[in-house]
Amino acid sequence: MLNVGLSMLSLSRFQFAMTTVFHFFFVPFSIGLAFIVAVMETIYVVKKDKTYQKMAQFWGKIFLYSFAVGVVTGIIQEFQFGMNWSEYSRFMGDIFGAPLAIEALAAFFLESTFIGLWMFTWDRFKPGIHALFIWLVAFGSSLSALWILAANSFMQNPVGYMINAKTGRVQMTSFSQVLTNPQLWNEFPHVIFGAGVTAAFVVAGCAAWRLLKKDHEDFYRKTLKVVLVIGLLASVGSIVSGDSSARYVVKDQPMKFAAMEGLYKNSTNKGEWAAIASFDTKNHKTNWSIDIPYVLNILSYHKLSGTVKGQNTVNKELKAKYAGQKGKELKSYYVPTKTLFWSFRVMSGAGALFALVAIIGLFFNRKKSQAIMKQRWFLYVLGLCLWLPFIVNSAGWFITEFGRYPWVVYGLLTIADAVSPTSTVASLLFTNIVYFCLFAGLGMVMIVLSHRVLKAGPDSVETNNYSSVKDAPEAKVEDPFGQEAFNHD
Amino acid sequence: MTNLQLLWFLLIGVLFSGFFFLEGFDFGIGMAIRFFGKDQAERDTIIQTIGPHWDGNEVWLITAGGAMFASFPMWYASLFSGYYIVLFLILVALIFRGVSFEFRANMETARWRHFWEWAATIGSFCAAFLFGMMFTSMIQGVPMDAEGNVIGTFTTYVNWLSLVGGVAVTLMCFIHGLNFLQLKTIGSLRDRAQAWNKILYPLLIVGEVLFVVLLFIFTDFFKLKAASTWGILIVLVVLTLLAWWGVAGQHNWVAFLSSGLSLISIVVLIFNGIFPRVMIGANNVHSILIKNASSSPYTLHLMTILAFTLLPIVLIYFIWSYWVFYKRLKSPNKDVKAA
Ligand code: HDD
Ligand code: HEM
Ligand code: HEM
Repeated sequence: MLNVGLSMLSLSRFQFAMTTVFHFFFVPFSIGLAFIVAVMETIYVVKKDKTYQKMAQFWGKIFLYSFAVGVVTGIIQEFQFGMNWSEYSRFMGDIFGAPLAIEALAAFFLESTFIGLWMFTWDRFKPGIHALFIWLVAFGSSLSALWILAANSFMQNPVGYMINAKTGRVQMTSFSQVLTNPQLWNEFPHVIFGAGVTAAFVVAGCAAWRLLKKDHEDFYRKTLKVVLVIGLLASVGSIVSGDSSARYVVKDQPMKFAAMEGLYKNSTNKGEWAAIASFDTKNHKTNWSIDIPYVLNILSYHKLSGTVKGQNTVNKELKAKYAGQKGKELKSYYVPTKTLFWSFRVMSGAGALFALVAIIGLFFNRKKSQAIMKQRWFLYVLGLCLWLPFIVNSAGWFITEFGRYPWVVYGLLTIADAVSPTSTVASLLFTNIVYFCLFAGLGMVMIVLSHRVLKAGPDSVETNNYSSVKDAPEAKVEDPFGQEAFNHD
Repeated sequence: MTNLQLLWFLLIGVLFSGFFFLEGFDFGIGMAIRFFGKDQAERDTIIQTIGPHWDGNEVWLITAGGAMFASFPMWYASLFSGYYIVLFLILVALIFRGVSFEFRANMETARWRHFWEWAATIGSFCAAFLFGMMFTSMIQGVPMDAEGNVIGTFTTYVNWLSLVGGVAVTLMCFIHGLNFLQLKTIGSLRDRAQAWNKILYPLLIVGEVLFVVLLFIFTDFFKLKAASTWGILIVLVVLTLLAWWGVAGQHNWVAFLSSGLSLISIVVLIFNGIFPRVMIGANNVHSILIKNASSSPYTLHLMTILAFTLLPIVLIYFIWSYWVFYKRLKSPNKDVKAA
């Protein structure tokens, strides 16, 4: 399990985890928010209701912050494979490089160019064309997710490759197999739905805090309606795709699944599912657990009967499988059980919670009814849900990535063999500390700025027009909902 | 060496050329924010000239890195792990300048606005310098073992040639940025940029001469490839003179294109010099060669098809986006308006 000493390996791992987790705070938020803003702007184009234009501009502002931080942290991601994991890069270059390069060519250029156009041309293009720009950004960012996840999926489930006998490195034999990897087609929809959930509930949370202050009721209630519909669809999507992932993991990475469910021993035919449990990871035992019958089988097979292998069994199987294979024969193949078990409970619990909250929210927020303004407790719940998606996304990746321990490429390369031999503890310590401070700073500025945007309110949005800031026609148009907001109060 | 390997070596060069041409003026504009912009309004205008473009420009670097990983994993692995600290500092610089444009615009106090302006300026300055330093130290031959692991010491990275190289690239970027500013603005900003560049060009020429001398001492370029190296250097000097002439006569396009092309000629110089190696070992036996560094023919083939279908499409909308923002910005007053 995690090596706690300050070894080069553990520092490299810590750095990778820290930088990707931080990158992935912003990634799903940007992907999801691009879609949400695109939807808002499209409603404006169709209905010609200026409120929705303002809505797109207002949330678009927060989107731009998230995007900027996503971009700068993404560059770290690309560079650190070579910097910290040079042995990995040599081993995997043939397969990993291709999706990464295609991601840049097909997706990053699209995103970055059209986001520039979208930001600065509110007064230059017809609304329909302008909305197209943000759709292209949204499309580009999903495309980038597809390619990078193709690379990640290969690491979870290598397909379409052979090992070059001379160099001992992997070599691609079939690009189409890499792209049709079943792992990818579980991961990709799940990540995209997760992104939808993230952005929808962050925006909903922000709106809820403003509604608690009775600020711009009409504007924020309309916002809520849009994002809660999206949030509901996305959370149902994430449950369905998560369920499909789980059933796939049972077959494909039984060790990961056993750890997610906290099973050391094989399950019985009754399919007892531990809702909560305590583990003795040293001796590979469950101390106690609160079990619910049948749930495990429903989760794993959509049936009432069947059994699931426990970690002890899988460990033996893997030992037998890799016996005598140099570099792959390890003392144990156990994965960090507690992390996986609790991460899974947080994630799936949150998935259900999101769906429920979205339904209740939509009910309270019906057009005529003022219910939502009276249900302050519910607004508080929504407001708190703002932080949850970030935890849930990280939990999801903890399962995926820790569950593949001790491999970095499943069954082919161990984490220990992947690290750069030239790294030193001193330099890693230094870079870890600097990254940490940088991220803390960036996170803080992000929060402060978003706060400020919210406080300034939707009336303050000025669009950045390339040629003239003050001459933008939108800026002069009467505020269409200032009065309405007044009437509500 | 196969044709595909050669093609990808060239393509990596093309991508880095694109990066230096575009990010070159981007860095230059970044440096100009504090070094050149006198007041709030001027700095607004300066930043606005690259507002819609900087991220797209940076994607050239990302593509170059990704393409290097895909086509020459051994090169990518050795270079990136070998230049660990340098690249780390580049990343920090890019982070600061990357977020600064968005953050600055929304700061409430002048103090914080200045903070992010300085972040952009210093970030741009360091990024340009470190890139220059990295590439000019790489060409001298770095200590490597047989696996391609670089075991550098301080002087591997910081020495006379790499320092002068770093300064030269920084200066070239700054000048290129001022040329871009002349192209994109009218009024006092443009006039001042012209005045500055008139002074900076002689300085650059002195720097280039020094660079050539050090190149002669520290690299094997003149020994192995005298003719082509001299040819490229002459092109570099001619371009510099042409740009100077363009600045003096207010031929903004000539000046801008020449300063961009002179940055590209540095890339060409380096790629020409290292060929047929990708990394030069201090002990030449350990040099990494194009023929050993690449990925499999299958991957190269695949990447070629994809690059040649995607790149033209990208170029179309990329250039179109510059076209959309073609007009000049008026300087330096509050309601910046098209001329
Ligand atoms: C599921 C989606 C996803 C995942 C797992 C990752 N990224 Fe990412 N990345 C994006 C989705 C994304 C994005 C949505 O496209 C971003 C975030 C915000 C943004 O600006 O683009 C982005 C930005 C971004 C950028 C800057 C792009 C630009 O300048 O426009 C780079 C270089 C990377 N990423 C590279 C990586 C690497 C090497 C990863 C693997 C560890 C990685 N990302 C994980
Ligand atoms: C899709 C692109 C991704 C790739 C290619 C990738 C690859 C890797 C690699 C190479 C490592 C280092 C080896 C290791 O320690 O296991 C790693 C570890 C890790 N990654 Fe990912 N990862 C990706 C996405 C993510 C995301 C988005 C997150 C989280 C938000 C994440 C979370 C982690 C964590 C927590 C670790 C540490 C696990 C450990 O130390 O064992 N990963 N991943
Ligand atoms: C009841 C609902 C859910 C279930 C059953 C579920 C199931 C799963 C499973 C089994 C994995 C591991 C896949 C693997 O290792 O290959 C996973 C990963 C993940 N989950 Fe969930 N999930 C649910 C809800 C959510 C929600 C609501 C979010 C985000 C807001 C989310 C975000 C993620 C992420 C980012 C990953 C890592 C990427 C991946 O492997 O797909 N999940 N989920």
